[in-house]
Amino acid sequence: MSVDSTLVRRIAHLARIKVEDAEVEKLGHELNAILSFVEELGAVDVSNVEPLTSVLPMTMKRRADVVTDGGKAEDILANAPEREDHFFVVPKVIE
Amino acid sequence: MADPTHLTLAAARDALKTKKLSAKELTQAHIDAIARAKPLNCFITETPELALAAAKESDERLARGEARPLEGLPLGIKDLYCTKGVRTTAASRILDGFTPTYESTVTGNLLHDGAVMLGKLNLDEFAMGSSNETSAFGPVVSPWRRKDDDAKIVPGGSSGGSSAAVAARLCLGATATDTGGSIRQPAAFTGTVGIKPTYGRCSRWGIVAFASSLDQAGPIARTVRDAAILLRSMAGYDPKDATSVDAPVPDYEASIGASVRGKRIGVPKEYRLDGLSAEIATLWDQGVAWLKDAGAEIVEISLPHTRYALPAYYILAPAEASSNLARYDGVRYGLREKGRDITDMYENTRAKGFGAEVRRRVMIGAYVLSAGYYDAYYVRAQKIRSLIKRDFDQAFQAGVDAVLTPATPSPAFAFGEKGKADPVEMYLNDVFTVTVNMAGLPGLALPAGLSSNGLPLALQLIGKPFDEEGLFALAAALETAAPKLPAPDPWWSA
Repeated sequence: MSVDSTLVRRIAHLARIKVEDAEVEKLGHELNAILSFVEELGAVDVSNVEPLTSVLPMTMKRRADVVTDGGKAEDILANAPEREDHFFVVPKVIE
Repeated sequence: MADPTHLTLAAARDALKTKKLSAKELTQAHIDAIARAKPLNCFITETPELALAAAKESDERLARGEARPLEGLPLGIKDLYCTKGVRTTAASRILDGFTPTYESTVTGNLLHDGAVMLGKLNLDEFAMGSSNETSAFGPVVSPWRRKDDDAKIVPGGSSGGSSAAVAARLCLGATATDTGGSIRQPAAFTGTVGIKPTYGRCSRWGIVAFASSLDQAGPIARTVRDAAILLRSMAGYDPKDATSVDAPVPDYEASIGASVRGKRIGVPKEYRLDGLSAEIATLWDQGVAWLKDAGAEIVEISLPHTRYALPAYYILAPAEASSNLARYDGVRYGLREKGRDITDMYENTRAKGFGAEVRRRVMIGAYVLSAGYYDAYYVRAQKIRSLIKRDFDQAFQAGVDAVLTPATPSPAFAFGEKGKADPVEMYLNDVFTVTVNMAGLPGLALPAGLSSNGLPLALQLIGKPFDEEGLFALAAALETAAPKLPAPDPWWSA
């Protein structure tokens, strides 16, 4: 597997991170180094092995379906980079 | 009283109770030590006024005989823990200006038990790193230096501010977090004690998330007893973290000094890596001998999938990170960079806000989770995680009580020495610690000697799920047998 400049740009866009043209080649090398490091995992026989999703056997607790929190609009908006009243302001998304 | 910053946390606690020292004196001594230690860059945010106010309250409680378990004891808090009203950065530009309106459960537990917060400690950005070089606030410098060498040494990472501050006597203990070794490797590099408890022992609520199935909170302290005291206050069930475990928290301190006679200690042959330095191999043999002398029985064990743990980790952790860090989009908190449209705004914000290592990991994570690669990378890595856990399960089922390994493949290195050309070189630091996160087990690193060039070396104990008590007993036995490390020479306050 080799990461070329097209793939670097595609991954960067998936991750919503802008990359400058000058960075693409170096990033490609770095991602290649990581991907070749993990390549040896292909040698492991994983047939009949279940993927591990939780290290401990856990059953989720249930709780009563009632409101236990809320009414904190000011707290939630306190760190907003841009706000208007009780709304986050973002660039226009609907034409 | 002589310089109270050199007391252990336990000794300081006793000195406060017997009124040989006031919380105000103890706190002021640490504030002064922090002020002299700017060259170490341990703190991102100092909170001396808050600390003195808390110390005043502690003195009043002590006077009334109403001391709580950590009454008046000054601690540092890794800046990954959200602290109400105190800036929290995760050492990233992307959280620029973020001041939480809530307190993480673990820091809340510590404050509830009377601890005094001195400030927020530096770390690798989003806890991604092994040397503290990825912090947006500049690297932390270890208080340790090589013999006859002024080169600046890394304090390990990601909890490098925590390990350096504890080693340099800037706080009695500190909180830390561990996703692949971020408590144990910095503890090893600085001659301190660090424990990553069993996954689920501490609440993750209010701790900035890196890889949620691996992240655990834990303390760094100067003695095994101090680590035990801190973990007892940090641990516990929290309804706000569905993965925290609803089980009583034992009095870990009571395990210090407990007999380890008859305990079966596994020594995994796969950890004897090709090219393991003679110094580390000797230290490991020495640890085995110390435990034997204490009455433990040593058995060789096999953990055959060990070599796959680190590569599998570098799929799973970035995958979870890419998902967790999707929330940094410039909308609700932190940095926002302008853009032509909303996607452009996201992309500009994240390019400006994330450092190089975080960016790499988020991109790798997005890639291994993307359509067409998910099964080949992510699901395969999860299956290998099952095999790694099975290795440990089988060792414990065969009667092993705990496992002894080196903590790191080398002593601390100097800045810029590792990972410049190839990020994987830095990742190899976690080769002995990462298996423990993959299997969700408790792991403890403690100092066991000095390298030939005068830097701390450490051993690691790995325990059965929720047997932190067993680990503390074994660690205390090793601590008693091992040579006591000197405090690092305070070159920084000259």
